[in-house]
This record gives sequence, C-alpha cells and structure tokens, in this order.
Amino acid sequence: MKILGFATAAVIAVTASTAFAQDFNAEKKARQGQFRIMAFNLGLLGDMLKGEREYDAEMAQAAADNLVTVSNLHEAAMWPEGSDNMSIDGTRAQPNIWEKPDEFAAKWADFGKAAMAMQAAASGGTDAIGPAMGPIGGSCKACHETFRAPEG
Amino acid sequence: MRLLRWGIFLALVGAAVGWWLSRPVPVDDALLAGLTPDPENGALVFWAGGCASCHAADDAKGDDLLVLAGGQSLASDFGAFTVPNISPHPDVGIGGWSAQDLANAMMAGVSPDGAHYYPSFPYTSYAKMSAQDVVDLHAYLVTLPASDQINPPHDLGFPFTVRRGIGLWKLLYLSDEWVLAGDVDAQIARGRYLVEGPGHCSECHTPRDFAGGLDLSNWMGGAPNPSGKGRIPAIDPANLTWSAADIAYYLESGFTPEYDSAGGHMAKVVGNMARLPASDRAAIAAYLKALP
Repeated sequence: MKILGFATAAVIAVTASTAFAQDFNAEKKARQGQFRIMAFNLGLLGDMLKGEREYDAEMAQAAADNLVTVSNLHEAAMWPEGSDNMSIDGTRAQPNIWEKPDEFAAKWADFGKAAMAMQAAASGGTDAIGPAMGPIGGSCKACHETFRAPEG
Repeated sequence: MRLLRWGIFLALVGAAVGWWLSRPVPVDDALLAGLTPDPENGALVFWAGGCASCHAADDAKGDDLLVLAGGQSLASDFGAFTVPNISPHPDVGIGGWSAQDLANAMMAGVSPDGAHYYPSFPYTSYAKMSAQDVVDLHAYLVTLPASDQINPPHDLGFPFTVRRGIGLWKLLYLSDEWVLAGDVDAQIARGRYLVEGPGHCSECHTPRDFAGGLDLSNWMGGAPNPSGKGRIPAIDPANLTWSAADIAYYLESGFTPEYDSAGGHMAKVVGNMARLPASDRAAIAAYLKALP
C-alpha cells in the first residue's frame, strides 16, 4: 500500500512537472530582442570608432540614447525562474542568475551607468566615444563571464 | 628457468629505461645567465600569459587580479586540478623561488624539488617563451601582494596520481618547436610567439587526443569545453572569418563584429589582451590569419 502510494505520488509528480514545464518562448524572445537592440546600436557606435562608418553626431547620439532606453527597461518579468539553459532550449542564461539575483541586477545596472556615460559623450566625436566604449564592453563581458554559457 | 631469468632481466632493463626516460629534466643551468630583469616588461608578460585568469580568484576584478592565491578548480578528463598559490608568500606561495626555479616550472614543467608538474599548468606552451620574458616575469611576480591561502590538493584518480608518468607524456608532447613552422614576417612572428607561447591559446582552442596531448594536425580547430557545456570555437582561418582588424578589436574590447560580447573564460582573456600594446593584438590577428 505504501509502495503504491509512493508510485502514485511519483506518477503525479512526473505528470505535474510535464504539465507545468514551460518553454518561456515569449520571455526568451523579449530578452534576446533587447540584447539585439543593444548590439545593433553598439554596432553603429563601434563602426564609427573603427572607421568603418563615417561619424555622424546625430546618429551617434540616437544610438547612445537607445542604449540608455534599453537599460531602463524593467527586466524582472522577462526572467522567470525556470527559463535557464538547463530547463529550456535556445538560451544560454545560466541557472546561477536565479541564485545570485542581486549580482545579476547590479551587473545590469552597471550597463546602465556605462550607457549614460556614452549618452553624455556620443555627440563629441569619435575621440569622446572611444573612452566611453570600454566600460560598456566591460559591463557586457562582466555579466557574460558569470551568467552566460558558452555557445554550442 | 633460463628464459624466466632473461624475462626478469629484460623487465628490469625496461623499467630502468622507463625510469630514466620519465625523469624530470630541468632547463639548462646557463639559460638565464647574463640576463637583466625588467619588471615593466614582466607586467606585460604577466598579462600576455594570462596568469591571473587561473591563479587569481575566479571572480577577481581590478587589483584583486594581482593576488595570485590560487584555489580555482580546473576540470579535466583525468580529474580536477587545483590551481596553486603563486603569490610571493615565502611558505605557501613561490616567494622563495629564483628566476631559475620559475624557468624550470614554466619551460620544463619541473618543480624546485625536481618533480613533474601536471600539464594543466600550460608549460607545453610556455616552453616556447624567451628566457628574457621569464626573467622579467619573475621580477614582476615578486612585486605582487603575498597571500597565505593554502589550497586543497588535486583530485585525481589512479594512475594519474603517479607524477613520474608525466615524464613519458612530456616525451610525446613537450616541444619548443613552432607549430606554424618556417620563416614568417616580423608581425606574424610576434603573433606566433604570443599565441603559441605565453598566450597558450591552443590549450583550449585545439582538441586533445586520448592522452590529453594537443592534436597538432587540428591546430586551433576548436574543442569541447573542459569545464562544461558548449564548445571552445575553432579560430583557424577556415572557421574564423573575421578580418584581422575585427580580431584585434575583439581582443581589445570583447566585441565580436556583430557586437556580441565575449563570455566565460574568454572574457578574462580579453581583459588580459586589452592590457597589451595594440601592436601585439594586431600581431595575434595576423598570426591567426596566417594559419593554414
């Protein structure tokens, strides 16, 4: 009887976890979308810096403004528990994001600060963009180093 | 009976030859003779060699990268290696080491008391370094803060616990010959030195054979990630199609041409490479483009 009880419980547990397992597709697309917007706007600035695109103060300012805008998005709803790379496909978000939420939030905030510095610098020519680019790259790296799994 | 005696005799000879072949061989005593240490260049060697990425704490940033207390654990097919304390602490670090000791460790994989190091310490790459760079690095390392942190031993299974066996491994895999052989221009030569030597890029970017030696026929061809999910990407010209300028910019900023950013261990490597002169990053890019 006891064994039967366990078996029933196990069956229920398995069924339940199947029933409640979600792919979090919308959340995943939303957060990956914002990274795309970041990369696109960083690309405009970086290409000007590398000399692959002519410097255009207005475009540079708009790109920097967009970075700040993304940094101000409320993130929480895009990162539900169980949407890590061990639980769902198509993400490199590691489970430690949910183990260290404060560190994760702090690293996102660091990006915001770096983006604001870029916002202040962007219309000042490539000589001003250059020094502001480093901290942005640093904030991307710092978060990816800890919280993102390698590709593949 | 006579056959048995012969058998025993041959077995003993074989064991003696094996023992002799597997002995730890330090570098030449005269290797460092007459070299004057330059700690300023030593700092550049320190970043080129990526010492802090493994020997500092895993999450170290800024000045904490200079505290080489060890303690990180490196996963491998043979067990987990614990990174040692190489801060200049006299007892638990390498404060008592001479430049010669450092050269033996880095270029021959031999400890001051004459034992083999495991090749998790990438001396197979460091063997290609110049003696001057090692002397300079030694002069820089002694200026760093000392840490009294004591780390746990490696966690390996038999037979990998027998260090003497590494002597035979070294016969197969320890060489100071360039992989990109032959005459190359000055920039590519500098890149070759940085990549194949101190930068030890191949240790992750080149696949290994069953014995853990690098598969030189698949140089920079990418490999499984030893520390978990995913793969270390191939960076030979067939696979890494970025321009030389893109590669150099990536090493400086961490940004790919698509403005994705470096992650994982490579984020640390970029942090190191960013401290080198721009000419060195360009040289690394030139070397990678020059690979077959």
